Amino acid sequence: MPAIVLVFTSARIRPEPRVPLGTVIMITVSRRRFLQISGTTAGLAAAGSVAGGLARGGAVAEAPETGVRTVPTYCDICFWKCGAIAYVRDGQLWKIEGNPADPLSRGRLCPRGTGGVGAHVDPDRLKAPLVRRQKRGQEEWAEVTWDEALNVVAEKLQKIKAEYGPEAVALFSHGIGGTFLKHTLRAFGTPNMAAPSFAQCRGPRDVGFALTFGEEVGSPERTDIRNARCLVLIGSHLGENMHNTQAQEFAEAIGAGASIIVVDPRFSVAASKAKHYLPIKPGADLALLLAWMNVLVTEGLYDKEYVDAHGFGFDTFKAEIASSTPEWAYPETGIEPSVIRETAREMARHRPATLVHPGRHATWYGDDTQRSRAIALLNALLGSWGRKGGFWKPVQMTVPGYPYPPYPKPDKGKVDNPNGKYPFASEALTTGIREATITGAPYPVKGWMVYATNLLQAMPDQRETIRAIQALDLLVVVDVIPSEIAGWADVVLPETTYLERYDDLNVEWFREPFVALRQPVVHAPHAQKPNWWIARQLALRLGLGAYYPWTTIEEYLDYRLTKAGLSFDTLKKQGIIHGEKQPVFFDEGAEASFPTASRKIDFYSTTLREAGFDPVPKFTRPEPPPEGSFRLLFGRAPMHSFSRTQSNPILHDGMSENAVWVNVHVATRLGLTDGAYVRLRNQDGVLSARIRLKATERIRPDCVYMVHGFGHTSKRLTRALGKGASDAQLVTRYATDPLMGGTGMNVNFVTLEAEA
Amino acid sequence: MARYGMVIDTRKCVGCTDCVVACKTENQVPEGLNRDWITDDATGSFPTLHLEIRTERCNHCDNPPCVACCPTGASHVDPFGAIVLVTPEMCIGCKACLASCPYDARFVHPDGYADKCTFCIHRVKDGLDPACVSVCPTHCMTFGDLDDPNSEVNRQFASRPHHALMPAAGTEPRIFYLT
Amino acid sequence: MRELVLTRHNDLIDPLVRVWGWEIPVYLFLGGWVAGMMILVGYFLLRGRNREDTCVCSVLPGTSFVLLSLGMGALFLDLEHKLYVWRLYTTFEVTSPMSWGAWILLLVYPALAAAFALRPPGILRDLFPAVDRLSRRLDTPVGVRGIAAANLVLGIALGIYTGILLSALGARPFWNSAILGPLFLVSGLSSAAAFGHMVARHQEERELLARSDNVFLAIELFVVALFLVGLLSSSQAHVAAARLVLGGPFTAPFWVLVVGAGIVIPLMIQLLAVTHRIAHTPVGPLLVMAGGLALRFVIVAVGQVSHWAKV
Ligand SMILES: Nc1nc2c(c(=O)[nH]1)N[C@H]1C(S)=C(S)[C@@H](COP(=O)(O)OP(=O)(O)OC[C@H]3O[C@@H](n4cnc5c(=O)[nH]c(N)nc54)[C@H](O)[C@@H]3O)O[C@H]1N2
Ligand SMILES: Nc1nc2c(c(=O)[nH]1)N[C@H]1C(S)=C(S)[C@@H](COP(=O)(O)OP(=O)(O)OC[C@H]3O[C@@H](n4cnc5c(=O)[nH]c(N)nc54)[C@H](O)[C@@H]3O)O[C@H]1N2
Ligand code: SF4
Ligand code: SF4
Ligand code: SF4
Ligand code: SF4
Ligand code: SF4
Ligand SMILES: [Mo]
Repeated sequence: MPAIVLVFTSARIRPEPRVPLGTVIMITVSRRRFLQISGTTAGLAAAGSVAGGLARGGAVAEAPETGVRTVPTYCDICFWKCGAIAYVRDGQLWKIEGNPADPLSRGRLCPRGTGGVGAHVDPDRLKAPLVRRQKRGQEEWAEVTWDEALNVVAEKLQKIKAEYGPEAVALFSHGIGGTFLKHTLRAFGTPNMAAPSFAQCRGPRDVGFALTFGEEVGSPERTDIRNARCLVLIGSHLGENMHNTQAQEFAEAIGAGASIIVVDPRFSVAASKAKHYLPIKPGADLALLLAWMNVLVTEGLYDKEYVDAHGFGFDTFKAEIASSTPEWAYPETGIEPSVIRETAREMARHRPATLVHPGRHATWYGDDTQRSRAIALLNALLGSWGRKGGFWKPVQMTVPGYPYPPYPKPDKGKVDNPNGKYPFASEALTTGIREATITGAPYPVKGWMVYATNLLQAMPDQRETIRAIQALDLLVVVDVIPSEIAGWADVVLPETTYLERYDDLNVEWFREPFVALRQPVVHAPHAQKPNWWIARQLALRLGLGAYYPWTTIEEYLDYRLTKAGLSFDTLKKQGIIHGEKQPVFFDEGAEASFPTASRKIDFYSTTLREAGFDPVPKFTRPEPPPEGSFRLLFGRAPMHSFSRTQSNPILHDGMSENAVWVNVHVATRLGLTDGAYVRLRNQDGVLSARIRLKATERIRPDCVYMVHGFGHTSKRLTRALGKGASDAQLVTRYATDPLMGGTGMNVNFVTLEAEA
Repeated sequence: MARYGMVIDTRKCVGCTDCVVACKTENQVPEGLNRDWITDDATGSFPTLHLEIRTERCNHCDNPPCVACCPTGASHVDPFGAIVLVTPEMCIGCKACLASCPYDARFVHPDGYADKCTFCIHRVKDGLDPACVSVCPTHCMTFGDLDDPNSEVNRQFASRPHHALMPAAGTEPRIFYLT
Repeated sequence: MRELVLTRHNDLIDPLVRVWGWEIPVYLFLGGWVAGMMILVGYFLLRGRNREDTCVCSVLPGTSFVLLSLGMGALFLDLEHKLYVWRLYTTFEVTSPMSWGAWILLLVYPALAAAFALRPPGILRDLFPAVDRLSRRLDTPVGVRGIAAANLVLGIALGIYTGILLSALGARPFWNSAILGPLFLVSGLSSAAAFGHMVARHQEERELLARSDNVFLAIELFVVALFLVGLLSSSQAHVAAARLVLGGPFTAPFWVLVVGAGIVIPLMIQLLAVTHRIAHTPVGPLLVMAGGLALRFVIVAVGQVSHWAKV
C-alpha cells in the first residue's frame, strides 16, 4: 500500500471550537449564521441610507436598506482589473461575481476577487489617519483628523521643497489608484515616482521583448493562450498565478487538447497539466532556450517565411547559437538532450500557434532581460508574435485625459538611474530611489509618499529599505491595512477599499477595446477616504488648486467620458462599455510593425551591441548553492495577492500560513518531518520566522520554495501576524540586471533548522 | 424527479479554491469552516509525478449513511433533486452523521447544528448553478440531473473515464471526477 | 509515494475526526453497565430470588437508575444543539440506532423503576406508604415475571444497542463489525457482575457473581479475539483499522488497559478468589469496571481515526 501523507497546508484548528474567531465578528442574536463584522454593520447603520442612495443615483433614503442590489465595478485585489458585479443584501456587502460583459473576467473572478468581500469587512483595517508618536517602526500612533494629518504632510512637503527642491520627494505607487497622487506630485514638481512592478517584476521581460520586437508584452499580457496549440510555460505557474484571464484560457487550452510544456524546478500545478515537464536546474533557462533555438534552426524547423519577412540579423544569430546544442545544455540544465529535441520539435509542430509564455515576474537571476530576449527570439522563430495562438497586438479605446495645466519642469532629472547607468530602464527603479535616499547622490531624497505598495515585502533587502527610511524627513503611507510599510510611516493615511470608491477609468489595452469603471458599492465603514480625495486635498494645501479644477471625481469621470462620446450613466449601470473590434493579428490585418532600431525583429541587436551588451543572448551559469544550502525560490498561492490578502478574513481561511516546500528525501536526510515547524537561515545569517515544512516529491532537491507575502510582522495585522515566514526577509541579496536595473531575487541560499 | 450530481474535469481544475471562497460568501459559511475544499492527490516520485486536483464536498450520496443514522430526521433526502440536506431546527447536534460520513463532509455549525454542502438548493431552485460551479474560472465543474440522459452533466459523464471517491464505502456518491 | 493535501480544516474533523470526546464513551460504558445489571436483575427475578436478600434485587435497580441518568447526562452534554433534544421524540427513525436507543431508554426507566419498586429500601417504605402499597401490588408471580422479562429484554436491547450505535456508522471501518454489539453486551454484563460481586453482602451471592463474572470475562476475551479476526479477514480498510491496535498507535492502550488490566488480570485475581486461594477484594471488580470504561474509550477513539482509503 502506498504511504499516505496527510498534510494540511492551511491547518488552523481552532483551539476553542465554539468561540467564533475575532472579537468583533458575528454579533447580534441570530448572529453566527452570518459573517457579520461590527465595523461594517456600524458603518452602514450610519451609511446604509447613503449606500442605498448609491444605487438610486444619489437620492438619500431614510429607511435601512433591504433586499438585494448589484453594482458593477472592477476588482483591485491584484492589477488585472477584472470586471465584477458586487451584490449588496440588506445593506451589507454579500458577494462579488464576475461581470459577464467584461472580457477580462468573462463573468468569473479568481478566488481573490471572489474573496474581495473580506477586504471590506477586515476588522484590522486602518480606520483613521495616524501620526507617529514614538520612534519609527515602533507602531505607536496618535489618531488625528484628516485635517490635521493632511496639514502635517503638506507642511513637511513644503519644508523639504524649500530646503532640497521638489525633486527630493519621491512617490512609490502601485496600481491604478495612484493616478491622482502622481498628478499631485507632478504638479508639486518631482519626476521621481516608481512602482515595484518594473524592477521587481515584469521590467526585464518588457525590456527584453522591446529590444526584440520593439514592443512590450504589457499587462494584461498580450498572450493568446486560448488559441495556443502548444503552450510553453517557463516558470509561469498559471493556476497558482491566478491572473484571471490567463488561468481561464489555460484551462480552455487544456480542454482543447493543447500540448503543454512546463519548465520549472518545482512540479507546479501547471506542470501537472503538461505533456512534457522539464525539471530544470534553477537559473539555467537561458541555456535551455538557446538549445531549443539551436534545434529549431539546425533542423530547419523554424518559420522561415516569417523570419525572412520580419527578421534582422538572423545569420549572425544563427552563427552565435550554433554551439548551443542540446548536448551543451544538458549539464547546465539537467534536461536530457533527447527531451530538448523532442520538445523543440513539438513546438515546431504547432507553430505559429505555439506560445512560449513570456512570464511576468521575471526578476530571477540578474540576466533576466537577456533570458526574456531569448524567449522573444524563440517566439520569433516560431512565428508566433502577431499570430493567432501566439501574441496579439493590443488595442485601446480613445478616451481623452482631463485637461490640466502643464506640470512644472523639474530642475533635476530623475534620481533613480543617474547617467543612464541602466541604459534600458524604461521605467523608474524603486531600488534606484532607495539608493539615492541612502547615499544622497546624485541628490538628496528626503520625503517618500508610498501608495498601495508594501515596500518591505516587495523590494529586496529590507535592511536597505529601512536604512533609506531612516534617512527621510517624511514618510507618508497611504494604505488600507496596517502593513509593514505603514508601520514605519510618520503619517498613515487610511484609504477606502476599492469597493467603497471611484477610481480612474480603466481604458485597457487588450485584444478588444473597452473602458471600465470602478465605483463605490458600499460606504466606507470608518473615516477612510478615497485616493482622489486625499490627492486633491493635499494639492489644495500645497497651493496646487489649479491642478484640480474638478471638485468630485464624478465630474472628472463625466468629463472624460463625455469627451469620448460615452455616457457616465451607462457606464455606471453596465460597469463596462465596449469599443469597436479591431484586428489584433497580422493575418487579420493588424499592422506587422516592429519599432526596433532595424524596424524588424532584432535577432541580432545592434542597439545592445552599441550599449556594450551581448547582441545575441549568452548563457552565464548562476552561482550554485553552497554545500548543504538550498536555493530559495518563491511564487504565488492562488488565494493570496502578494502581502495584501493575508489579513482578509475570507482569504486567510483558504491559507492562513505558508509552508516551505522541501524535497521529501532531503527532509528525511535532515531528519525533518512533514508539517513540523522549521526556520530558514540565509547566506547572510538572516533567520526567518517559523514556517511549516512541506516534505514533498514535488520539488528538486537543490532548492526550496515558499509562497510570497506571509510572515507579517505588523502588530496590528492581528490575523496575519506571526503566520508563516517572509521570503522577502530572506532576500538580502539580489543580482541587478545590468541592462535595466531589475533585481534578480532567486540568488539567495538557505539552510533549514528544526524548530524546537 | 431529478437526481442532481456533479461531473468535474480534473484536467482543467487548477485547485485555485475559487469554489471554496464562493461557497463561503454565497452561503455565509462561518470563518474556519468549509463546506467544500480542495484535495491535491500526488503520486509517483520526482520528476515523474501525477497530480490529481479535486474540488470536494458532500457527495449527496444515493445511499447516504448520514441520513440513515440521524435519530431525528434532521438529515434527509430532499424530494427536490434528491439533495441531502439538514434541517437545523430538527437537529440535536449528536454528530452521528459527522461520524457516519466517510468523506468527512459535515461539520458542526457554530450555532450547534450539523451543516454541509446543500448543492446550493436555493440557487438551483432559481435555475442557477451552485455558487461553486458558477464561479469556477476553469469551467471544470458541471452540475445537473444525472437521471436526464440529455443533460450536460450526463454528456460529460459519458465523455471520459471517471471515478467517484471511496466507492468501497458503499455510499454511492453522485460527484464524479473525470480523469 | 502518495501525497494528499487538503485545504479543509474543519473543527472536530481535521486533521483527524474527533467528534466524540469523553461524553460518549462514558455514556456507552454506563449504558452497557446498566444493561448488564438489568439482565442480572431479570435473571434473579426469574429465579425468584427477590424473596432473598440479594444485592442484585435490592441494590442494582436503584444504582442502575442513577448510573443511567448520569450516562444520559453525559450524552446530553455531548449534544451541540441541546435545546432541540426533544426532537428525538417527535419521530422514530427505523434506520437510526440512536433513535432506537432514545426509545429504548424511554422504556428502560419504567422497567428499572418497577424492579426498584419490588424491593425498595426500608426507609422509603416507611416514609411513603404509597411505595409500600405499590411494592405489594407488583409483587405477584405475574408481576415479578413481567418485570423480570422487561429487564432481561430491555437490558439485552440496551447492551447491544450501545454497540450497534457505533457499528452502524459504516464510515469508520474499526466500528464496522456486528460483533461490537455482543462485545459491549458481554462487557456490560461483566461490569454488572463485578459490581454485584463487590457490593454483595452474602457469601453465596458474591461467589455466584464472581464466578459468572469470570465466565463473562472469558467470553469477552473470546469476543475481542473474534472482533479482531473479523476485521482482519475483511477488506483492506478493515485490516488497516485493526492494525491501529495491532502495532498501530493504539496498541498499548488496547492491550494494556483494556485486555490486560481490564480482562486478564481481574480474571486471574477472581479465579484465585473463587478457588479460595485469596480473599475476595474489590480490586478485581474495580479493574473490570475500569476495563469496561477503557474499552469504550479506546473503541470510540480508534474508530474515529479509522477510515476508508481516500480514493
Ligand atoms: N494568486 C496570485 N496570482 C498572481 C499574483 C498574486 O499575488 N497572487 N501576482 C501576479 C503578478 S504581479 C505576477 S508578476 C505574477 C507572478 O507569477 P509568475 O510570473 O507566473 O511566476 P514567478 O512568481 O516569477 O515564478 C514562480 C514560479 O517559477 C518557478 N521558478 C523559480 N525559479 C525558476 C527558474 O530558475 N526557472 C524556472 N523555469 N522556473 C523557476 C517557481 O518554482 C514557481 O513555480 O503572478 C500574478 N498572479
Ligand atoms: N520577495 C519577493 N518580493 C517580491 C515578489 C516576490 O514574489 N517575492 N514579487 C514582486 C512582484 S511580481 C510584484 S508585482 C511586487 C508587488 O508588490 P506590492 O504591489 O507592493 O504588493 P503588496 O506586498 O501586496 O503590497 C500592496 C500594499 O498595498 C496595500 N493596498 C491594497 N489595496 C489598497 C488600496 O486600495 N489602497 C491603498 N492605498 N493601499 C492598498 C496593501 O495593504 C499592501 O500594503 O512585489 C515584488 N516583490
Ligand atoms: S485576477 Fe483576480 S484578483 Fe486580480 S483583478 Fe481579477 S479577480 Fe481580481
Ligand atoms: S474553482 Fe474550479 S478550478 Fe478552482 S479549485 Fe474550484 S473547481 Fe478547481
Ligand atoms: S457525502 Fe457524507 S454527508 Fe454527503 S450524503 Fe454522502 S455520507 Fe452524507
Ligand atoms: S447531528 Fe443532527 S443531523 Fe446529524 S445525525 Fe444528529 S440530529 Fe441528525
Ligand atoms: S454546491 Fe453550494 S453549498 Fe455546495 S459546495 Fe458548492 S457552493 Fe457550497
Ligand atoms: Mo508582479
